[in-house]
Amino acid sequence: MSDLTVTLLRYGFLLLIWILVLSVVSALRRDLVVGRRNRTGAPTAREARKHPELVEEPPAKAQARRLVVTEGPLKGTALDLASSPILLGRAQEATLVLEDDYASGRHARLFPQGSRWFIEDLGSTNGTYLSGNQLTRAQPVEPGVPVRIGKTVIELRQ
Amino acid sequence: MSEVFTVPKSRRNAEALLLLVALTVAIGANWLVGLDKDNPFDSAFWLQGGTLAALALIFHLLLRFRAKYADPVILPIVIALNGIGLAMIYRLDLALPAEAQPVAPSQFLWTTVAMAASIATLLVIRDHRILRRFTYISLIVSAVLLMLPLTPLGVEINGARIWINVGVGTFQPGEVAKITLAIFFAGYLSTNRDLILLAGKKLGPLQLPRFRDLAPMVAAWLVSIGVLIFQRDLGSSILFFGLFMAMIYVATSRVSWVLIGLAMIAVGGYVALQLFSHVALRIDSWINAFEPEVFNRNPGGSGQVVQGLFGLANGGLVGTGLGQGRPDLVTYANSDMIITALGEELGLIGLFAIVLLYILLISRGFRAALGTRDGFGKLLACGLSFTIALQCFVVIGGVTRLIPLTGLTTPFMSAGGSSLLANWIIVALLLLISETARRPAVKGPVRETFTDGKQNRNTPATGSTREVSA
Repeated sequence: MSDLTVTLLRYGFLLLIWILVLSVVSALRRDLVVGRRNRTGAPTAREARKHPELVEEPPAKAQARRLVVTEGPLKGTALDLASSPILLGRAQEATLVLEDDYASGRHARLFPQGSRWFIEDLGSTNGTYLSGNQLTRAQPVEPGVPVRIGKTVIELRQ
Repeated sequence: MSEVFTVPKSRRNAEALLLLVALTVAIGANWLVGLDKDNPFDSAFWLQGGTLAALALIFHLLLRFRAKYADPVILPIVIALNGIGLAMIYRLDLALPAEAQPVAPSQFLWTTVAMAASIATLLVIRDHRILRRFTYISLIVSAVLLMLPLTPLGVEINGARIWINVGVGTFQPGEVAKITLAIFFAGYLSTNRDLILLAGKKLGPLQLPRFRDLAPMVAAWLVSIGVLIFQRDLGSSILFFGLFMAMIYVATSRVSWVLIGLAMIAVGGYVALQLFSHVALRIDSWINAFEPEVFNRNPGGSGQVVQGLFGLANGGLVGTGLGQGRPDLVTYANSDMIITALGEELGLIGLFAIVLLYILLISRGFRAALGTRDGFGKLLACGLSFTIALQCFVVIGGVTRLIPLTGLTTPFMSAGGSSLLANWIIVALLLLISETARRPAVKGPVRETFTDGKQNRNTPATGSTREVSA
C-alpha cells in the first residue's frame, strides 16, 4: 500500500473519531442548552403554552406550619414545622418516633422545598400512602391531605 | 435536588445513527491495524465486526422496547471506546513474537460476555429502585468479594493479590465490588442523609458530624486500607475511598466531609509510605522518573512510565497512524499503558477525542442523576459515574506522570475481562437510571407499581390487612 493511502487513512480515522465526538455533542445540543429549554424550576408562560405537560399544578398559597397525628397510637400529637427535614419512623433518631408496629425504623422523610413540603418513602416495608396512593417518589404534601404510615395517619396543618 | 424539565422524546433514532458512526469507528480501527497483514479481511475480522454490530443492534432494540427514554449517547460512546480498545489490543498482538499467547481473542470473548451481562441486567432489573432493597446485602456481597482473593482461591500476579482463579482464567472480584459498594452507599446515604446532615457540632464555618455518623466513613477507610495492606493494590484502595467520599459529599453537600476524607487519605498515605516499600518505590519512580538508576530499577522502576512518555512524544500531534508506531516496546501496553499506546498512534488529536468521549459519558451519568427523582437513583448514578471518572483520572494521570502510576484499568479499553464486565453492568444501570430520569412523569394519582413487592409475599394469613410488622 502506498504511503499516500496510509497517510490518508491515518487522517481519515482521526476525522472519523472527531465526527463521532461532534455528532454525540450535537445530539446533546438540546440537553446542553441549560438556559432555555432545560431551565430548572418553573417553565415560562410561552413554554407552558407549547408544552402543557411541563406545567405543574400551581403551588398552594397556604404554607403548612404544624404536623398533626390524626390516627394511630400517637393520635393527637402535634409538631411544629421548622425549615429542617423531618424523619418519621420507629428509630430513636427519628424526629417523630412512631410507636407503631407497622412502621419501619426509618420509614419516611418529610422535607421542605420552596414553599411546599414533600414526603419521600425511605424504602419502608409497608410503604407510605399519600391520600390512599402508595408513594413511589417524593411528592408534595398539601395541608389537610392525610399521609398514612403503618397504622398512623399524619396531616399537615396551617 | 432540583428537578429539570425536559420535553419527553425518546431519541432512539438519534441513538441508531450514533451507533452507526460508533461501529464505523470500532470496525474501522480494527481494519486499519490489520492493514499490513496479507489478508486484512480474514474470517476473524468479519467475526469480530459482525458480533460487535449484532450485539449493538440487540442492545439498541432492547432499549427501544424496554427503556424507550434512556439516554441516547451512552451506548454509542461505550461501543466506540470498547471497539478502539479491542483494535489496539489486537494491534499489540500482531507485534508479539509468534510463539506468544495472543490477548485479543480472550478480550473479544469477554466483550461478548460483558455485553450479554449488560443486556441481562437491563432485562432482569427493569427499575433501579429495586436495588435499594439490597442495601445491606450488597454490603455483605462487597465484603465477600473483597475477601475472596485472600482465600486459597486467590492468585498473586505482579505482587498484587487481587485475582481469583475461576477455572478457565482469573477474575478480579474488586471490579464487581465497586458496583455493590456503590449500591450500598447509595441505599445507606439516601436513608440516613438527614441524620448525618443535621446532628453534630458546628466549628466555625464547618459543621462537624457526630462520631457515630462518622462510623461508616471510618469503615470505608479501613476497607480501603485493608485492600492496600493485604492485597497490595493501591489503585482499588483509592477508588473505593474516593467513591465513598464523593457519594457522601453529594448526599450531604458538606465540605467538612471532603476535608475529613482528605485528612484520612493524607494519614493513610503517610503511613503507607513509611511501612510499604512498594508505595515508596512508586513515589520515587514518579518524582525521579528520568534518573538512569530509577529507570533501570527492577522491580519498581520508572521504565514503563518513561517509555510511555517517549511513545507519546513519538506520536506528537497527529500520531504515527494505527499500526505504524512502536507502542509494543512499553511493558503492559495493552492494559495499564493502553492510553499511551493510543496516544502514540493517534496522536494528541486522537487522544483528546478519546478523553472527550469519556467526559461525555461521565457527564451523561451525572445528567441522569440530576434528572431522576428518587434520592437513591441520584446517589447511585453519581457514584457509578464518579468511579468511571476517578478511574480515568488515576490511569491517564498516572501514565502522563501527573500523579504516581497505580494499577487501575482504563474503563472499556484495557485488556481485562473483569473490568469490562463490571463497566458494562455500570452502563446498564446508568441507562436504567437515565430512563427514569427522562421518562415523562405520570400526572395525577399514581397507582403502582411493584407487583412482586414485599407486601404480597408477606401477606398474613388473615387477609384482612396487607401489612406486616416491620
